[in-house]
Amino acid sequence: MTFPKELRYTETHEWVLFAEDGTATIGITDYAQDQLGDLVFVNLPEPGDAVSAGESFADVESVKAVSDVLSPVSGDVEAINEVLADEPERMNQDPYGSWFIKVRDITGQVNLMDADAYQAFVASC
Amino acid sequence: MDGKKTPLYDVHVAQGGKMVEFGGYCLPVQYETGVIREHMAVRTACGLFDVSHMGEILVEGDGAIAYLNHLLTNDYTVMRPGQARYSPMCRKDGGTVDDLIVYKRRDDSYFVVVNASNKDKDYAWMLAQQTGSVSITDVSDQYAQIALQGPKAESILRRLTDRIPEKYYTAYFDGQVGGISCILSRTGYTGEDGFELYLPPDQAVHMWELLLETGREDGLIPCGLGARDTLRLEASMPLYGHELSDSISPLEAGLASFVRLEKPEFIGRDALLAQSAPDRRRVGLKVTSRGIVREHQEVYLDSQPVGITTSGTHCPFLGGAFAMALIRSDIPSEGAQLEVDVRGRKVAAVTVPLPFYRRPKKS
Repeated sequence: MTFPKELRYTETHEWVLFAEDGTATIGITDYAQDQLGDLVFVNLPEPGDAVSAGESFADVESVKAVSDVLSPVSGDVEAINEVLADEPERMNQDPYGSWFIKVRDITGQVNLMDADAYQAFVASC
Repeated sequence: MDGKKTPLYDVHVAQGGKMVEFGGYCLPVQYETGVIREHMAVRTACGLFDVSHMGEILVEGDGAIAYLNHLLTNDYTVMRPGQARYSPMCRKDGGTVDDLIVYKRRDDSYFVVVNASNKDKDYAWMLAQQTGSVSITDVSDQYAQIALQGPKAESILRRLTDRIPEKYYTAYFDGQVGGISCILSRTGYTGEDGFELYLPPDQAVHMWELLLETGREDGLIPCGLGARDTLRLEASMPLYGHELSDSISPLEAGLASFVRLEKPEFIGRDALLAQSAPDRRRVGLKVTSRGIVREHQEVYLDSQPVGITTSGTHCPFLGGAFAMALIRSDIPSEGAQLEVDVRGRKVAAVTVPLPFYRRPKKS
């Protein structure tokens, strides 16, 4: 299981990458995809939708169950990763390459962990 | 974790099984291979399942046949030793107590296999309906159960025994597999050819490892409850608590061929006779827009609610989302364009014939 240093992590197993242009790119962690099992569908918001920190912005479906994905930040959706609609298995194969949404005009965020803190948090789950 | 351990618990943990509680037992929902690969192994090669949670009840005595014909909707009058027969077990009002399989061992001895989560309820119900000279014994603790399922199941088993039940739904009560005594039954819950082995709990680990070792070259892998559920759904087999329940009759569930209304008497007959054209029935739904339909989601026709889904998921072999639903019986079971409310989002679906998947005939 990997925990890239450049990312920040939530207690609900999303990752976020803050870019210099002020946007945040969001996905689910390696631990999350492992816990969920084979993913077969993701329901994403539309560009322009507002997302709120700590609230659901998407749901992912495994063969077993559906799970909410919570946004680490508040802001507006700038882009969504359309590839995931056709190739949901990418979320399992490459969780850190399989971003869900990019958010701009960020106005708030939940408590975030760095990679070391998140790795320790996962170990205690 | 709560739940009883099956004799294979330690083996599952050692083999990387993700353990969950189901029907009062601790069982693997999947191994590291994942549900999709486990599902595909059963469709294309072979899979091994621990189904030791299933309940076994012995019905014996001179009155056994009369009792079973009173208790169950199917007809057990004409049956050879070694034959197995599926039946719903109904309440007086036509609701379903459980669905089960009865094996005939002798004229005065029947082996009944029931769902794990219903075992105590079934046993109490069966005792309460006791008639004449019949003894009813819960023997669940005397059996572990292992299912070997898939097109390669027969050839794998052939390396371990020279006596294989030839016909589907038959069994040898004196089976021998790799020198281990077992009930060897040609049955399953996956839509594939396959076998279920009932054996003493202290032989379960040995049998599990022997089968895995013998089948490895054919692609045999252990499979969990996740694949068991996607396989049965793809093959459109009912699951108690979903397609059948205390408030769903076998006629509504589309199981009329297992309800022998021509029998003079059985529990629930009057209610089921009155319901010979039920207001709702089980249909298959193929999801035609993006999304996965799950159980207990409202179904709409032209914005009017017409029923509810009972099971649904992504079907790995067919490569799409399918669901079963109980809907108004005037709606065609093929070609009707419907919508399902998936957590507030309308997902398009069309009724399609059941089963979704049928295994290819042997060439």
